[in-house]
Amino acid sequence: MAGSIALFAVFLAAWEWGPGLTGIPAFIIPSASQVWHSFLRMLANDQLLYHTAITAMQVVVGFVLGMLLGMAVGFVLGMSPTAEFILSPYILALQIAPKVAFAPLFVIWFGYTVYPKILVAILIVFFPLMINVLGAVRAIDPDIVRLAKSFNASRTQVFMKIEFPASLPPFFAGLRIAATLAVIGVVVGEIVGGNTGLGYLLTFGEGSGNTAMVFVTIIMLTIIGILLYGAIVIIENRVLHWLPGRSRKMA
Amino acid sequence: MKKIRLEFRNVTKRFPAQRKGGEPTIAVERLNFALADGEVVSIIGPSGCGKSTLLNMGSGLDPASLGEVFVDGEKVVKPNEHVAFMLQKDLLLPWRSIRENVEFGLEIRGVPSREREAISLRLLKRCRLVDFVDHYPHQLSGGMRQRAALARTLAVDPAVLLLDEPFSALDAQTKMILQQDLGQMLGETGKTALFVTHDLVEAIALSDRVLVMSQRPGRIVKELIIDIPDRPNPMERRKSEKIGPYVAELMSLLHIDEAIV
Repeated sequence: MAGSIALFAVFLAAWEWGPGLTGIPAFIIPSASQVWHSFLRMLANDQLLYHTAITAMQVVVGFVLGMLLGMAVGFVLGMSPTAEFILSPYILALQIAPKVAFAPLFVIWFGYTVYPKILVAILIVFFPLMINVLGAVRAIDPDIVRLAKSFNASRTQVFMKIEFPASLPPFFAGLRIAATLAVIGVVVGEIVGGNTGLGYLLTFGEGSGNTAMVFVTIIMLTIIGILLYGAIVIIENRVLHWLPGRSRKMA
Repeated sequence: MKKIRLEFRNVTKRFPAQRKGGEPTIAVERLNFALADGEVVSIIGPSGCGKSTLLNMGSGLDPASLGEVFVDGEKVVKPNEHVAFMLQKDLLLPWRSIRENVEFGLEIRGVPSREREAISLRLLKRCRLVDFVDHYPHQLSGGMRQRAALARTLAVDPAVLLLDEPFSALDAQTKMILQQDLGQMLGETGKTALFVTHDLVEAIALSDRVLVMSQRPGRIVKELIIDIPDRPNPMERRKSEKIGPYVAELMSLLHIDEAIV
């Protein structure tokens, strides 16, 4: 911890005085204090918090919807090999297609609203979760299901007591990946078409040659990602406390 | 005449051909045997003779192609509460504590939680796991995990236990201890058990009778009545001088020494 803090101090110092010493102009790399001033100015004049809140809202909504959808489809395909067999070429094609490339299409469909951004986020979050849940359901030892059936378990009980809990570790692994991807999806949506959100501030900063503004926006986006990721890690540690290697940390 | 707990009547199990036009596989053929109340019977046979198929039919997970299986006089058509099985794999759920794992079957059957807890704690005490009630399976050794699996099997209070090589993944000494646990439990509770194993001495030490099966299609070729006293004490039975001749007889029935030539 102390090491990390020391490194951060060194990094800040290098950022503050490095560009000046090496003669890098401020429009390439603005110093730390310039970025800080830009941050304060954006808070006062550019509704920075409002734009951040819009982006964060879109990230969270897209993330949650994509998560639910990915989980649901993952379970259905995991339980039905026929459905997976029929759908797998389409799923593969959609998975390979770069999801952010859909952003212009969604903007054409829905205009400068929140929907294109949320849609890109859903699409991008959907795949890692679906694949992980599907894989987890497939990986369940059939003898465990037989054991449950020998106790006369219903289909619902097999799901609630075996399939659902067994899918949770890969599900959380998928969530961690999805958390970072969701931010990307929303920002691309905002860059492509919008007049709100941090993606909009990014293009605005670029257009006006305001490098410090772009820096501030990138930092805000990173903070949104970190908060989302952190929330997932906290929930994961509570839910998956039974995983080997985790119990010691909790104790 | 004691009550018949488990009975196979003329049971044949056929599996459909793997590829089109191929011959269907006959796993077991015309099996006839019965277990009286409180009896422990082992089934021994070469690999692939359909021993596990037999247990699947007994538990109702897999229906017989021909013939009938009866448990407690009822024809087995689906999983039922009279039978519980235990495999080589402990099948403990990693997200459940040991106690919750033992209660798994009771929970599925809708037993209220207070009753479940009383049953699981009693059995865990009996299986010497009382200090590990709230541990997770990965924190336990293989022998302890298998004892927990035994507790889970007994928790649902089945009339018949079907055991499919439950100790074959354990080291030799742990195995003997678990055999002793099982022998004592079966003696105390008076449960009926059908025990599938590869281990000749294990079969002899634990059982009243040993059924020897042939190569596929599996048939029962011989019934060996084990005339050693004190069945609930396999540890002592192992030391009996009668073990040697029984092993020799099983070896010749299974043609084990001929395989070398």
